[in-house]
Amino acid sequence: MTTASVTQNFQGSRSLPKWLAPTLLAVAILASFSINSALASSNPEATQLNLFAVALVAVITYSIGFYLASRIIEGQRKSADRLVTILVTGAFALAVVPLISLAWTVVERGAARFDIDFFTFSMRNVVGAGGGAYHAIIGTLEITGLATLISVPIGIMTAIYLVEYGRGALARAVTFFVDVMTGIPSIVAGLFAYAAFVVIFGPGVRMGVGGAIALSVLMIPVVIRATEEMLKIVPNELREASYALGVPKWLTVTKVVLPTALAGIATGVMIAIARIIGETAPLLIIAGFTASTNFNPFDERMMTLPVFVYTSYANQGSDAQTYIDRAWTGALVLMLIVMILNIIARLVSKYFSPKG
Amino acid sequence: MSMRIELSSLNVYYGSFLAVEDINMVIEPNSITAFIGPSGCGKSTLIRTLNRMHEVIPGAYVKGNLTMNGEDIYSPSVDPVKVRRQVGMVFQRPNPFPTMTIKENVLSGYRLNNNKMSKSDADALAEKALKGANLWNEVKDRLDRPGSSLSGGQQQRLCIARAIAVEPEVILMDEPTSALDPISTAAIEDLAIELKEKFTVVIVTHNMQQASRISDMTAFFTIADTGLPGKLIEYDRTDNIFSNPKEKQTEDYVSGRFG
Ligand SMILES: Nc1ncnc2c1ncn2[C@@H]1O[C@H](COP(=O)(O)OP(=O)(O)OP(=O)(O)O)[C@@H](O)[C@H]1O
Ligand SMILES: [Mg+2]
Repeated sequence: MTTASVTQNFQGSRSLPKWLAPTLLAVAILASFSINSALASSNPEATQLNLFAVALVAVITYSIGFYLASRIIEGQRKSADRLVTILVTGAFALAVVPLISLAWTVVERGAARFDIDFFTFSMRNVVGAGGGAYHAIIGTLEITGLATLISVPIGIMTAIYLVEYGRGALARAVTFFVDVMTGIPSIVAGLFAYAAFVVIFGPGVRMGVGGAIALSVLMIPVVIRATEEMLKIVPNELREASYALGVPKWLTVTKVVLPTALAGIATGVMIAIARIIGETAPLLIIAGFTASTNFNPFDERMMTLPVFVYTSYANQGSDAQTYIDRAWTGALVLMLIVMILNIIARLVSKYFSPKG
Repeated sequence: MSMRIELSSLNVYYGSFLAVEDINMVIEPNSITAFIGPSGCGKSTLIRTLNRMHEVIPGAYVKGNLTMNGEDIYSPSVDPVKVRRQVGMVFQRPNPFPTMTIKENVLSGYRLNNNKMSKSDADALAEKALKGANLWNEVKDRLDRPGSSLSGGQQQRLCIARAIAVEPEVILMDEPTSALDPISTAAIEDLAIELKEKFTVVIVTHNMQQASRISDMTAFFTIADTGLPGKLIEYDRTDNIFSNPKEKQTEDYVSGRFG
């Protein structure tokens, strides 16, 4: 083999010139723009240019053009590489665009009532403008907090049982029921809590704690699954190291296994909270609807943010816009709470994760 | 403080699988005993019966007799946790606790058992154990850094420090140097020789030079075929095993003509 052929083998083909990508993009945008405006002018009903369509056509034209250019200049392997990169990026954009659009819409429309009143007033005696979601925020925090208090210990201990102790039929049965619980529709969880409370307190009962129990039914399997996965990835060598030091099993679990998995468990718990904090159906049934603030989850109806958003939208009063504004702000506050929880989870996992 | 370990007609099982058959041997105190033999012959299995770590594996159990200073450690009234406090173990792969600092790792035998001790006692103990493991000079300025921030050889010595901090009477080492470089290996070999002043040391190794360099007694195990139990072929003073073995199989193995 000659030196020349070696160079050829290893040097590969030419690569795309630097100016190609921006030029292609500009051409694609221009082309898409003119096609769309031509279409718009031929259609008398279209009053303005649809920017989304412009972007979509531009991106597709650009991708095809870029792929073809790469295919011609760089050869098959590199062009396949570029095609996959384009597809993956496209899938990512497809997933992110709706999210950003949603977040933007909520922020934009929720901003109107994002004021002090919203956080300090309930809806008691409010008709039309004014009022706030103080009662609903309190309710959501209390009910979600209670649900977390119920679910986290049960969930973590069940996961510990399954991973560290469970053998045989009982463990298999528990795993099976956890799987079943994961699939329970939230409305069924609400009806279950309601039915259970009716048995104790009689028909027509409404209580915040009922909502917490309904949410726990939804939250427990999520916590179990997340914790189980985290405990399973704790290396067995650490358990053995602990046993070999003469540490009993329960201390090994509480002082070696749990701390090692803590960061992951905290993240899992936060995800579980985020999953249930927006639940509407079960709370509508058991926690009910009210316009006034109720601090006591063990007595009477309690408002929650999702129910607040739902009822504001569903039962608009005479001044409809004020109700819709409140609904959007309610949604915004709910989103912010989930975001804050996520940040806390990040901090917790950063602080607790094994160092080094 | 050091223990004499006596194994008689010891059979070790994983469920229905007999992994090691009919072991009879006496491990002398204040000496280093090396277990050598081909892969799969049951060295790890046997060494783990000495601190009752074997039964941690589901379905695993032991039949026969194992006494330490005359006391049967497998008698029903014996708590395996108590045995493990007397018999420390160092594993093949260094396994410091990732959530703990260097110092916490050294003291973990106490801390994990909820034993309280004053800060000055803890400091003194950590220093003593780290000095005992020849690691003090390398880590004395960073005791509060995570244990996993050390090199592999340092981590292994940290694990040894952790094992000797609880002042056991026996130290078991399962291929403690197989993942280490020659310098760390030499450090651990020197350490093993120092440790035998105070402890009974049992070491599993695939390294013949290591066995002949540091051990007083050597046990050669082998297995006739996969699926069959491992057996103790010859157990004698190390110089006899290496220079003038009685069994043909031992000779083949130590001279590299095995299989
Ligand atoms: N957890 C286990 N369950 C079932 N069988 C096992 C288990 N661990 C080991 N064995 C079997 O026991 C036998 C002895 O294994 P052991 O690990 O003691 O060998 P070893 O001599 O330490 O080998 P090596 O030198 O490769 O470490 C092997 O046949 C192995 O397959
Ligand atoms: Mg082994």
